[in-house]
Amino acid sequence: MTVLGSICLWLAFLLGVWGALAGIVGGLSGRLDLARSARHAVLAMCGALLVAVFALEWALFHHDFNVEYVAAYTSRNLPIFYTWSALYAGQKGSLLFWATVLSVFGSLAMAFTPRHNRPLLPYVAGVVSAVAAFFISVMLFAWLVPPHTSANPFDRLPYTPIDGSGLNPQLQNPGMVFHPPMLYLGYISITIPFAFAIAALLSKRLDTDWLVAIRKWTLLSWLFLSIGICLGMWWAYVELGWGGYWAWDPVENASLLPWLTMTAFLHSVMIQEKRGMLKKWNLALIIGSWLLSIFGTFITRSGVISSVHSFTQSSVGYFFFGFLVIAGIVSFTLYAIRLPLLEAETRLESMISREASFLFNNLLLVGIAFSVLWGTLFPILSELVKGTKITVGPPFFNQVNIPLGLGLLALTGIGPLIAWRRASVPNLKRQFAVPVTVGVFAALIVLVGGMREFYATVAIGFGAFVLGTVTQEFARGARARHRQYGEAYVLALGRLLARNRRRYGGYIVHTGIVILFVAFAGMAFKTETEATLRPGESVSLRSPYGYTYTFTSLGLSQYDALNRQVTAAAVEVRRDGKTIGLLNPEKRQHVDGLGRPTFQPSTEPSIMSLLREDLYVVLGGVVNGTEQAVFRFTINPLVWWVWYGGLIVALGGLIVMWPGGGSPAVKRSQAGYAVRLVGEK
Amino acid sequence: MAVGSRREFLASVVVGLVTVLPPYRPAAQDSLPGTGPSGRLWDPDRAGRPLPPVTAADNNAALQAIEKQIHCTCGCNLDVYTCRTTDFTCAVSPAMHARVVAMAREGKTGQQILDQFVRENGVAILMAPPKRGFNLAGYFVPSLVIVVAGAILTLVLRRWARAVPAPVAPRPSAVAASPEELERLRHELDRLSV
Repeated sequence: MTVLGSICLWLAFLLGVWGALAGIVGGLSGRLDLARSARHAVLAMCGALLVAVFALEWALFHHDFNVEYVAAYTSRNLPIFYTWSALYAGQKGSLLFWATVLSVFGSLAMAFTPRHNRPLLPYVAGVVSAVAAFFISVMLFAWLVPPHTSANPFDRLPYTPIDGSGLNPQLQNPGMVFHPPMLYLGYISITIPFAFAIAALLSKRLDTDWLVAIRKWTLLSWLFLSIGICLGMWWAYVELGWGGYWAWDPVENASLLPWLTMTAFLHSVMIQEKRGMLKKWNLALIIGSWLLSIFGTFITRSGVISSVHSFTQSSVGYFFFGFLVIAGIVSFTLYAIRLPLLEAETRLESMISREASFLFNNLLLVGIAFSVLWGTLFPILSELVKGTKITVGPPFFNQVNIPLGLGLLALTGIGPLIAWRRASVPNLKRQFAVPVTVGVFAALIVLVGGMREFYATVAIGFGAFVLGTVTQEFARGARARHRQYGEAYVLALGRLLARNRRRYGGYIVHTGIVILFVAFAGMAFKTETEATLRPGESVSLRSPYGYTYTFTSLGLSQYDALNRQVTAAAVEVRRDGKTIGLLNPEKRQHVDGLGRPTFQPSTEPSIMSLLREDLYVVLGGVVNGTEQAVFRFTINPLVWWVWYGGLIVALGGLIVMWPGGGSPAVKRSQAGYAVRLVGEK
Repeated sequence: MAVGSRREFLASVVVGLVTVLPPYRPAAQDSLPGTGPSGRLWDPDRAGRPLPPVTAADNNAALQAIEKQIHCTCGCNLDVYTCRTTDFTCAVSPAMHARVVAMAREGKTGQQILDQFVRENGVAILMAPPKRGFNLAGYFVPSLVIVVAGAILTLVLRRWARAVPAPVAPRPSAVAASPEELERLRHELDRLSV
């Protein structure tokens, strides 16, 4: 099967090169045969890559340890769940996964793009083929570049080990089965909007048609990135054992960058759709988002910046750097050539308008992206300029980004309150009165309650302000329907959401963002202690809510599981003297099928998630081989709300992109507003 | 069947079952009981490298604050405090922690401890670069760029807004509505549009 996989890789590469040439030449020359051939090349490449993935999974599931990748990332006793995910556990497999998913997305774009956007498809096929061919070329030709390490997942070893090395214990977690593919899907699907943007530039069809064609794709990318980032946070929290979920690691930062620019795009694209403005800016955001997704892949694979996520340093980094530079130059040169065709159709009418507030929202989103990129690359810059190695860790990022993030949170509430085009003072007063009151009231309550953390107080105040805005918007919309159609309020609310999914789904996303911000603020009140406990001994910790939690060690036990030897502690938890549960942190020694240790012993935290706070216990180890154990006990306020906020963001995103609805005019008509303003087109 | 024989039959069944079923033995992997409140583990190696008991210095908030500013050199990318309380296989962060504790016992202040680490390891030992020299660019360039971009954006928007003529008041014959009503209508339309 691996021979078949290798043949398919070569076939896919050749198809990719052909698809790229035929697509671009066919589009530019207007040759329909070439254009059709390019579209077919994408479909054929997709088929070849799917066969290659099947061949690698076959080798993984059949324990073909003669295949170097299979021996490096699996073992005979690895659970099936993780044997599947080994496909993208290593660099070589993830490159194959990238190229395959891209070809699948490309094929879907070929199949489902509406007829009136068909003229763009040859170029789209060309760009998708070129990007996929690049990823396949990395797998096939990385060994040619120093240090001559291969990236081909089908490479064979000169011998066949009895068993493989197994999967890194930290990757043996359900979060790692879903987090990388979600993030990859986010990164990869940005290529489709990028391909449409390049198609629009090449074909000079720079009206809003290409934007309509990519609307669902951009939402899909954003949704995948959002879910992938949240799952990554969850995995880090439940698996790594340090008791947090975001460490400003370079690879975490790399995932945040395209998310920020895509979020900016999702806001600014509304201005182009409604007012014909910001054409240049929107194109730049799409091209920038895609380049940042490639940058993220470069960071992950090059090892250029030290990161816990980085795969080993290899020649792959050179490929990605070269591709990033070439793609950036080509894209922005084309963009510069077409700038005269990207003039706005209308102008801004007032500084106090929703358009202006969206522009400031874009400024902050892109500013935060720049700040994160700057901090991530500053160690390299410092070494280049001063010859001094420095570390840029969480203290730096928190200091720079927290104020910007809070500014963005405030704008999340301000934007929806300001009318399009021009807002009058009475209108502003009417719109802001309730949300501002709610925000100030919430801040006062927490201040009176004794909270003295500045940023946390501001986050809660701004969060309440945004929730006030969202509630007011829903309430007014439902009331309008109730008055006009006599619908009950609940029905009116449901129909409001169903008939205006983009607007009200967006508000649900805003609600999720507020919950996330408030939950992040909760971490300012984290408390923890280390303790050595014999069976029967206890330690107490006071939570920020005033509860006293008592943790009592009940002893340790050791047992064998499928692919690991476990040392588990039993810790009884009492809150203010009342038993509320048992926690079982573990130390795990993973072994291969022959019982040989495969990795260093790892820790498996035990977590009790409560609405107010999480109780997080880590078993560090034991003293002199006895049941006297070293524990770390942490109380993390509001962590449950991070996952809840992430779910709401995803739900809002799903509502926004749910099919149906129709054009704005149709929706107005459905809503009973089949009128136009004087002078409005 | 007589009562006695029935009893004998049941007794023989019970005895037979007891002899057929394997005798109960505690699982071999369980920790061995009976050597006091902290009995010896069956296989201590499975629990990782032996750890020393926690001391008061390990939970000292002031020392933790210092350790959170020092970069662990084991390659983990974490600060010393997080590494030593997370990666219990690391031997580097406990050693660095021991140095911090020793220096604190010598009477050194937090800043002096950090300076000592910088002298020995270079400035990369700090989790965030000190705010001086070129590093100031690291801290202030993002904010500066955003402020400058914001100022430019404001100027451009104001120019655009000025360039657009003020909306002409609608003729009464075209729309029989006051400016407030028009404003309300516009707002309602905006609210119901995408």
